[in-house]
Amino acid sequence: MSTTAFSQFSMPLLMGNSLNVWSEALVGFNIMGLPLGLIIIAVIPLLFIALYSLTYGVYGERKISAFMQDRLGPMEVGKWGILQTIADILKLIQKEDIVPTSADKFLFVIGPGILFVGSFLAYAVLPFSPAFIGASLNVGLYYAIGIVAIEVVGILAAGWGSNNKWSLYGAVRSVAQIVSYEIPAAIALLCGAMMAGTLDMQQINVLQSGDYGFAHFYLFQSPIAWLPFLIYFIASLAEVNRAPFDIPEAESELVAGYFTEYSGMKFAVIFLAEYGSMFMVSAIISVVFLGGWNSPLPNLGSFALNTWTNGPIWGAFWMISKGFFFIFVQMWLRWTLPRLRVDQLMYLCWKVLTPFAFISFVLTALWEIYVP
Amino acid sequence: MQELERVGQGSVRVTRKSDKLVIVEKDLATEQMVLAMGPQHPSTHGVLKLECLTDGEVITEAIPCLGYLHRCFEKCCENVDYPAIVPYTDRLDYLSGMNSEFAYALAVEKLLDLEIPRRVEFIRVIVSELNRIASHLVAIGTYGIDLGAFTPFLFCFRDREIILGLLEWASGARMLYNYIWIGGLACDVPADFLKRVREFIAYFRPKAVELQELLTGNEIFVKRTYGIGIMPADVAINYGWSGPMLRGSGVKWDLRRNDPYSVYPELDFKVVVPDGKLSVIGDCLSRHLVRAVEMEESLKIIEQCIDKIPSSEGFNSRVAIPKRIRPKAGEVYSRAENPRGELGFYIESDGKSTKPVRCKARSSCFVNLSAMKDLSKGQLIPDLVAIIGSIDIVLGEVDR
Repeated sequence: MSTTAFSQFSMPLLMGNSLNVWSEALVGFNIMGLPLGLIIIAVIPLLFIALYSLTYGVYGERKISAFMQDRLGPMEVGKWGILQTIADILKLIQKEDIVPTSADKFLFVIGPGILFVGSFLAYAVLPFSPAFIGASLNVGLYYAIGIVAIEVVGILAAGWGSNNKWSLYGAVRSVAQIVSYEIPAAIALLCGAMMAGTLDMQQINVLQSGDYGFAHFYLFQSPIAWLPFLIYFIASLAEVNRAPFDIPEAESELVAGYFTEYSGMKFAVIFLAEYGSMFMVSAIISVVFLGGWNSPLPNLGSFALNTWTNGPIWGAFWMISKGFFFIFVQMWLRWTLPRLRVDQLMYLCWKVLTPFAFISFVLTALWEIYVP
Repeated sequence: MQELERVGQGSVRVTRKSDKLVIVEKDLATEQMVLAMGPQHPSTHGVLKLECLTDGEVITEAIPCLGYLHRCFEKCCENVDYPAIVPYTDRLDYLSGMNSEFAYALAVEKLLDLEIPRRVEFIRVIVSELNRIASHLVAIGTYGIDLGAFTPFLFCFRDREIILGLLEWASGARMLYNYIWIGGLACDVPADFLKRVREFIAYFRPKAVELQELLTGNEIFVKRTYGIGIMPADVAINYGWSGPMLRGSGVKWDLRRNDPYSVYPELDFKVVVPDGKLSVIGDCLSRHLVRAVEMEESLKIIEQCIDKIPSSEGFNSRVAIPKRIRPKAGEVYSRAENPRGELGFYIESDGKSTKPVRCKARSSCFVNLSAMKDLSKGQLIPDLVAIIGSIDIVLGEVDR
């Protein structure tokens, strides 16, 4: 199956036997012994996350929430306030770097760092385009699920190190929440992995390509795929602390949760990590269930829409658009729904999502065995 | 097989010694944490401080600490003339200034035994009912924020803005009006005012329905408020609760009906009490629903007032205002139904001075808040926030 899909795959820029031509070319790119290519591979996702967080993430969230709430949002800095986020960042950079006197300085400083690294490390295995992936691991999906858990350490360090009771509450809630929700999230992703038969993110995408566009996506490949899709989406909201599961940073209960004491650039880093994680889970769900960089358009006879809209550049476009779509849904939910209570959150995880995740796991397995 | 070894008191640690499982109790101190909620906490609606004793997320005790916004209202009143107290009353419950002024004017008029022109009475009812809607909109909107729903808050403020615009048009101020004077009004309403109010009513009715779809139509909102902070009717009465809080507990008590003043006896409106179908009677959701339905009743009252109001021809809003207010020696207690409950003024006059000897305000928020200790026992922190929000306190009135 994988080889046929691969041979059907026609891209003008894809010359060799391997995908990932761009990233492999970059790896070999050294100047005077400096591994410049490796740096660029690391920098491209970093630039992407930073730029996206700046322009789309924060600005988009403010504008989208504004339009949902009958107001205009930022309008002053630049046309339609488009430079507002840059002004905010400039303000945050200028701020004094405060560490509370009674805080545990080491934990307080390292907390945002771990958070940021945790959300950024998963970008290594995200296939941004047919020709570009940071590291084409054969356990990519497993790695992506696992590396998110590092964020828990950062949150706990930030919450405990702040020496603030509200921060501690936020941190404890957050750890309980993320650890719990990883189970349904991982099982739901395993359903996708089972359909693909591989954990390699790039390979999962290749297997979802074909002439019929969206019909090859795993979401439409089996009648039960919507269940793990939905479970993963809900669980991913909890994993990145988005509403209605934003209880770790519930501003009306816990002031700001684990980052109550943070200000200036440390606060900005936590913010950046949060938006980074949002894109990461959105990218994972679109890779596993919605074909990642594959075009959703089908080939219609001589109108070869699918062929025309596939390729490394188009791939990046589709991948990022799908990610943005899910981020938009996350924002939409955030500005519509109230927040759940701690025990209701745990109830939802252990008594609703986890059993249904197991059911969908078994059903997907049966489907894969008995339906060719 | 297993031998239990108990050392001291406290929590238990399990260790494995050769082939035996030994349980050793370690003296790990578990104590309750004191959590100071406020005065700078986002959901205490101002500068309320709650000293909570918490066991994990469970509140064992929450004691409200007051006084952060104390402005010596009662002492100030003893040093200014009767009419000069009106602006101070605005600042009690700053979300419903018209109602506070109304209550104060009623008290002094009772002391003076004044006859008020009919048009003045109707205008007073219209503006104070408009202010009641504005106040309930803030209550409902901030309640949404307390539960994590941000959008209804801004919808509420959008509509409240229209009311504030109308009141500004009439009085010249947006929140602190100084419009209802003793014996009259500062001025008549503008020429097209009543027409604009009608337009607002037509605009607001569907918006109120939309607001309820967004809140009570949302399962998470209902889950967060259903059965939380239940206050039985008898305990509520013993605490001296009033207003939407008391009605939320199922007591049909509304001063506009039970101790009628102004033109309320002529008007047709319902006293809203929960029927127990959507909510448990006395819980947070009941109190929220009472406020939501009351807005509709206020709209009805305003409509009737606009129909019945005498024309403005030859009308002088200050005709009944006494030149010099010096009441006979005596005392009076008068109360009115404010958005948050019963606001009463006790005024004592010595018959010589133009200043009251004593002016005490009985504030509804203060009395409603006093039940906090009972309500919060054994609740989770998120529920505590839901309960404070449902009490709908305005610290300006609690501390005075």
